[in-house]
Amino acid sequence: MSGATLAHPSVDEKQEPETGKLGMWVFLASEVLFFGGLFVAYLVGRVRFPAGWAEGSRHTDVLLGTVNTAVLLTSSAAVALAVACEEDGHARRWKARLLSLTAALGTVFLLLKGLEWHDEWREHLLPGPDFALHVAGAQQFFALYFLVTGLHGVHMVCGIVALSLLARGRARARPWAGARELEVAALYWHFVDVVWIFLYPLLYLVDRHG
Amino acid sequence: MTTDALPGSYLDDGLTLRSWLTTTDHKRIAILYALSITAFFFVGGAAATIIRMELATPAGDLVSNDAYDKLFTAHGVIMVWLFLIPSIPSVLGNFLLPLMLGARDLAFPRLNLLSWYLYMAGGLITLEALLLGGVDTGWTFYTPYSTMFSNTYVVLTLVGVFVTGFSSILTGLNFIVTIHTLRAPAMGWFKLPLFAWAMYATSLILVLATPVLAVTTLLVAAERLFQIGIFDPAYGGDPLLFQHLFWFYSHPAVYIMVLPAMGVVSEIIPCFARRPVFGYDTMAYAILAIASVGFLVWGHHMFVSGQSLAASMTFSLLSFLVAIPSAIKVFNWTATLYKGSIRFDAPMLYALGFVGLFTIGGLTGLFLASLALDVHLTDTYFVVAHFHYIMVGGSVMAYFGGLHFWWPKATGRLYPEVWARIAAVLVFVGFNLTFFPQFILGMEGMPRRYHAYPPQFQVLNLFSSTGAGVLAIGYLMPLVYFAWSLGRGKAAGDNPFGAKGLEWQARSPPPTHNFDAPPVVPARVYDYQADEPRPEAVR
Amino acid sequence: MAADTDATLSSGFRLLHAAASAQASRTDALFLAMLLLCGTVAVVLLVLVTWFSLRYRRSRVVDRTPPRQMKGIEVAWTVTPLLIFFGVFGWAARDYVTMADPPADALPISVVARQWMWKLQHRNGRREINELHVPLGEPVVVTMTSQDVIHSFFIPAFRLKQDVVPGRYTRLWFTATQLGEFPLFCSEYCGSEHSQMTGRVVVMSPSDYGRWLASGPSEPGMAQYGFALFRQLGCSGCHDPRSTIHAPLLAGLYGRTVHLQDGRSLVADADYIRDSILVPAKDVVAGFAPVMPSFAGQVSEEDLQALIAYIQSTSARDATP
Repeated sequence: MSGATLAHPSVDEKQEPETGKLGMWVFLASEVLFFGGLFVAYLVGRVRFPAGWAEGSRHTDVLLGTVNTAVLLTSSAAVALAVACEEDGHARRWKARLLSLTAALGTVFLLLKGLEWHDEWREHLLPGPDFALHVAGAQQFFALYFLVTGLHGVHMVCGIVALSLLARGRARARPWAGARELEVAALYWHFVDVVWIFLYPLLYLVDRHG
Repeated sequence: MTTDALPGSYLDDGLTLRSWLTTTDHKRIAILYALSITAFFFVGGAAATIIRMELATPAGDLVSNDAYDKLFTAHGVIMVWLFLIPSIPSVLGNFLLPLMLGARDLAFPRLNLLSWYLYMAGGLITLEALLLGGVDTGWTFYTPYSTMFSNTYVVLTLVGVFVTGFSSILTGLNFIVTIHTLRAPAMGWFKLPLFAWAMYATSLILVLATPVLAVTTLLVAAERLFQIGIFDPAYGGDPLLFQHLFWFYSHPAVYIMVLPAMGVVSEIIPCFARRPVFGYDTMAYAILAIASVGFLVWGHHMFVSGQSLAASMTFSLLSFLVAIPSAIKVFNWTATLYKGSIRFDAPMLYALGFVGLFTIGGLTGLFLASLALDVHLTDTYFVVAHFHYIMVGGSVMAYFGGLHFWWPKATGRLYPEVWARIAAVLVFVGFNLTFFPQFILGMEGMPRRYHAYPPQFQVLNLFSSTGAGVLAIGYLMPLVYFAWSLGRGKAAGDNPFGAKGLEWQARSPPPTHNFDAPPVVPARVYDYQADEPRPEAVR
Repeated sequence: MAADTDATLSSGFRLLHAAASAQASRTDALFLAMLLLCGTVAVVLLVLVTWFSLRYRRSRVVDRTPPRQMKGIEVAWTVTPLLIFFGVFGWAARDYVTMADPPADALPISVVARQWMWKLQHRNGRREINELHVPLGEPVVVTMTSQDVIHSFFIPAFRLKQDVVPGRYTRLWFTATQLGEFPLFCSEYCGSEHSQMTGRVVVMSPSDYGRWLASGPSEPGMAQYGFALFRQLGCSGCHDPRSTIHAPLLAGLYGRTVHLQDGRSLVADADYIRDSILVPAKDVVAGFAPVMPSFAGQVSEEDLQALIAYIQSTSARDATP
């Protein structure tokens, strides 16, 4: 007998954090490649149309973008604190509140983003026949801008929903809202934040000097 | 289900349609996939039948230009995304991986069911696009034709492909986590069956390559709907950017289609030669090498596209390199036969057929990797023959071999051996008759995707179309005798082939929880001995 | 009309086709070498598999003691293919590099592809549709672009093809080595009539070609037509030495290194000139303001080729000191 035992995924408690977290890491790897394709398109455009890219970037709302970056970073801090709360028994009740805060900050981000998009629509920066900027490549810049921030926003929505559900579940001590689930959700949230950290300079800060 | 399977098997654990559609049992999900991909296989095959009928004569007299273009597009889209990519992983992988590892199920059973629903949704959307009028861009969707000039259901088809892609990604994710975390404790990495290694490497590609396809389909749809100007030169875009993005996924995709087949063959040959696979470690490393180097060669589809000389040279060199691990695998399978005790049951016929046809397909790939030769051969029937040798002569043969090999395990029934061998031979003969002439057609200069062709190409086309008829018969036969065996086949017993591997320690068919008692992991994987007396099969 | 130009298209079945260009015989040599190499490997493997299958089939009584380790053979069958592959790669790459490097004195032909026909023009202005007449034994360089989707210019008898891409120029060059007519195919799927987008290449003796070239309908040469456009579209209004507008002088531009506003420099080729006419703000020359208007929509692909031909015909000595 070589001592082989059966692995029961639903029964073996200690195994689960590994499967959940490993699963999320693998999923994030696929997401890196997903956004990666858009980054490649951005890169190609930047090389082909340096003037157009600069012109486009100058017309993004750097104030709102910077505020949003701060909001998102704060939200990541909140969810990291929520995870850390697990260690300290007294701070447990803060978990649900911190999760709600994260989701709320994420919602603020989306609202500000929506505001940005609305302004850009008013300024005729939506790719189309009456696109306002006439430098070659500026339209492609904005096409990618809307596409990538839109996809990022979709990811944010999924994260906000997940965190809100976990916040509620935690507050009611539901079994599906335990430490393992929170770690996995936090990992996802951090990833969405990291994507933004790359997007922010690429979209807002090109040729802003002078 | 109306089989009289042994009591307590996964087949009679819930007999309603609802129990099947809400199952999280990896074995039932595998059956769901098997049924759906078979249906799609025959739709794609019907398209191929009409294509070969049209091409039997030089004039385009059976269907119109546009109908023909929609047919070859449908054939490619269905066969690649709705048949080949899911076939071995989602049917055999789903069924066998937990059993081979000694586990009860995959790491995420509900995600597994979601994968199937996503596959069905994507497949039905694609089918809908076909029924509404089809798409005529070729499965490769080159821009600007697909973004600006085609008047067909491009976006709808791309949505179908996009959705199906997520099925792939989630399946890959599930397999990776399962292999990492749910192996029986005594099963180290280098005791994994090669099929599991193949599933692992394939899953890495599924997870890392498919997202690029997803984003590419989004970009094409956005370009088509909003003229964003990324691929169309009229708006400042670059058509070659599409090709790079598309092939960055689609080349690794062909390894998604062939690595699982190699895994199946590595299970069958040792069993029917009664010898451990030659060079197990090397075989495992070769699988990983193929998967990783396979990400670096996509530009060999673009040697005449107008890409730079430096790019072409790099991709050509890397394409030669990726052939080395494949060649090593062929040599190792051949060496496994040496001093074996060989039986020619149907699974073995399919596996040996794979070795021969994959070898020819792989060698012709070297012609295409050679820059100067590719200039003449690319976009001709030489390429069509090359990839059909790998994907049909290779992957489909291995899929059929695997279906036969594990049929007794999954159903508890034996298929009729004589008919199965006849079908295997018909498939082999029909396949060669269909596709070998196409190498010559390509050398002669017949371009691909041609609805009508100059008369000098007719003789070879006629051979090819005739072969397709034989091939079709070979493919239809298993449909009949597999169905027959479900009702009338002999009971299989737990291990009719005397195979090693943990899946054979479960009952045939297995209970829902897979193993009645924890399976014993042998000291050596593929613990076959040619000179030991073999348990007789029930025949 | 000379008899040797009336050769009809071959309809007989032949393996490896007519080899009608200098490159064709090189490609065929490589092909043969690969065929022998791969054929040998395939036959050896087939023989081994068959031999093992028969000799070691279950019913036979034969020595089956497990073989010992064969590390040496494994290394051999890894390293040998690797070395052979490097050799084949190098041989094929060398030919490929030759294909990308037309001689400077090659006869220029301009091609515009569109759904579903080939439009070709010789330097003296003579146009053809779906046919290309070329002289025997002289290098010919075909510069191509597409009006719509990607096509591909394929002459099997020459063993050459090149994709024809909208928005840029691609090139293919050859030296025909056989008289006769050879099929021309479009080999990149381009829509409904892709399979009908065929034609022929007619190889004539140089003297016959000269006569053929001169005997067409009287048309201005490409450079001459390009010069007419240059004036007609107003290019000379700015790009003339006597103009008051500060614009780069174009005499001898083709092949010259140009320094751009953002610090980059490039060699002025056909793509650069084409982009400068259609998207002038893209690569602005250093020291000049980006005031040139775009001519997109006012010039056809043929017009652009003519303008480029005109610029190519000017030389540095035409520029004012």
